[in-house]
Amino acid sequence: MTDLQQFIQSKKEGILNIFFTAGYPHLDSTLVIARQLAAAGVELVEIGMPYSDPLADGATIQQSSEQALRNGMNLAILFEQVKQIKEETGLRIVLMGYLNQMLRMGEERFLQNCRDSGVDGLIIPDLPMEVYQSQYQELFGRYQQAISFLITPRTSVERIRLADRLSSGFVYLVADNSITGKITDDFSPRQEAYFKRIRDMQLTSPVLIGFGIRTARHFRAACRFAQGAIVGSEFIRQLSGGVDDEKIRRFVKNIGRKP
Amino acid sequence: MKNPDEQGFYGEYGGAFVPEMLYPNVAELQAKYLEILAQADFQQELQQLLHAYAGRPSPLYYSGYLSAKYGGKIYLKREDLNHTGAHKINNALGQILLAARMGKQEIIAETGAGQHGVATATAAALMGMPCKVFMGEVDMARQAPNVARMRMLGAEVVAATSGSRTLKDATNEAIRYWINNPEAYYLIGSVVGPHPYPDLVARLQAVISAELLEQVPAHSGRPLPDKVVACIGGGSNAAGAFYHYIEQPDVQLIAVEAGGKGIASGQSAATSQLGSIGIIHGSRTLLMQDADGQIIEPYSISAGLDYPGIGPMHAHLISSGRAQVYSINDDQALAAGVALSRHEGILPALESAHALAVLPELDIHPDDITVVCLSGRGDKDLQTYLDYLHIND
Ligand SMILES: Cc1ncc(COP(=O)(O)O)c(C=O)c1O
Repeated sequence: MTDLQQFIQSKKEGILNIFFTAGYPHLDSTLVIARQLAAAGVELVEIGMPYSDPLADGATIQQSSEQALRNGMNLAILFEQVKQIKEETGLRIVLMGYLNQMLRMGEERFLQNCRDSGVDGLIIPDLPMEVYQSQYQELFGRYQQAISFLITPRTSVERIRLADRLSSGFVYLVADNSITGKITDDFSPRQEAYFKRIRDMQLTSPVLIGFGIRTARHFRAACRFAQGAIVGSEFIRQLSGGVDDEKIRRFVKNIGRKP
Repeated sequence: MKNPDEQGFYGEYGGAFVPEMLYPNVAELQAKYLEILAQADFQQELQQLLHAYAGRPSPLYYSGYLSAKYGGKIYLKREDLNHTGAHKINNALGQILLAARMGKQEIIAETGAGQHGVATATAAALMGMPCKVFMGEVDMARQAPNVARMRMLGAEVVAATSGSRTLKDATNEAIRYWINNPEAYYLIGSVVGPHPYPDLVARLQAVISAELLEQVPAHSGRPLPDKVVACIGGGSNAAGAFYHYIEQPDVQLIAVEAGGKGIASGQSAATSQLGSIGIIHGSRTLLMQDADGQIIEPYSISAGLDYPGIGPMHAHLISSGRAQVYSINDDQALAAGVALSRHEGILPALESAHALAVLPELDIHPDDITVVCLSGRGDKDLQTYLDYLHIND
């Protein structure tokens, strides 16, 4: 079992995973935000490696990535920042990025950098499960990197089982047929039926729900069906005016509040 | 190789690197395209449309002017004479029939020069299907006549405002829309994107070289041309012009990329020379990227060639040495376009003008037969040509 899995299994429920883009709104915001999240009680974060062409992302994450790249963010700086975050906060860190970023650095070197800087796992939406299985599974293991695969409302039962088998972090349940950042107030009955269908499959991997989680209502609903949820675009929207620690603390408290 | 393996690879290039959200869409297309393309009634309907609606076969025209200037016998494959003015209609008609047989009811497409957008809007009008075309804001301005044509045909033109606001970004937006609307059929415009698109589009454009197989002997008395020349944005007109000659080693295949302001200028779209292997729009191929794998925004005066990748088939043809690649700069293309207009009375698209402009750089023997794929007509580029000639000053 990977550290990440152990952590999620030990928490069991109500896990809040906050996503933010490295280097946004300012190049050195990554560490500041991570510190504040840790201080607010968050234990698991997903850090976006800004990419020029993020196909699965909506306008909010796209714009944060563009800004981060303009700020001069790159992978060398990112790994340095992650290392510092890990040392200072002990947060569990998952990196989210696109396959080309890993390929360009060289898969092995990339994974080695992940391990050396304290990354616990990766989410790479455009890495197909079959390619991972035939080319990368062993390498991820060697560098102790947990992978988390996405499933969607349209993923077949067979592929859900495959995602469950191959994921060594969690299964990332994408809440809707959509890119990130879709704005709704509540999950639809159709979405809840889908969450329930997945819960009833009793996967061996923990499940976190993401995409479109932006309110305490979403978070609570997600936690009824899964071990926790991931909040991305809505958190990034909070940062657009600058990093404000009071705002971050309130946001985390508010999302996780009891009814 | 003309066709990829079962996973969609041409050697090390190709494949389908799509997020899980699109897996069912791509898998459905992979499972069905060859079967549907092979159906007799599909072929009959397509051939009928290509003939009676699009005006095929497109003529092969002997250019006395180009032959006298550059040597040998130079022919133009007149894709500019197709309905809607470019080779793009070959693909749009084929894919829309495929979409209809798959039960799809909404069509989406990306476009650069607007020719694929116009072809798709045309095919969608013909089939009575709603159609959205994604187009970079920069391209909407420089190819304004095609934006108007798409709207006239009833399509909705959606401005892509991210990144360089050109073809790459229009493709990103089309893919994002497809993730949000998985019931739509994505009618891709070139031999790019995840498997099976490169193969699907190549097969539909292969009609170009299928016709050449008969036209070249009929015109020249020789079975094969010595050289086939085509421009490459994503590479669909080139794929079509090369297709039936790929396994004929005596036929030289010449691919022409957009050099923009020069390969070393930092403003170029010469992908195979400036690029390295990576993933773009779901395909492993050659693309322009920095040391971190960030895709570099390309530049060309020609919206249809202003793309930072090339189709995986071409990446394979070029890196294996089967095709030779050249790059032509903006000013060379403009001059070649003006020359063809003034000496042959044919106004070529700026994309096609890149193919014409490579002729002086080739080693052409007096008895060579050269075919240049004149992929489209240049009405859409009039303003750019006139500005170049200072005719509006
Ligand atoms: C006339 C013409 N030629 C060529 C191209 C480039 O596309 P491809 O490389 O797919 O043939 C375009 C694209 O818009 C075009 O309009």
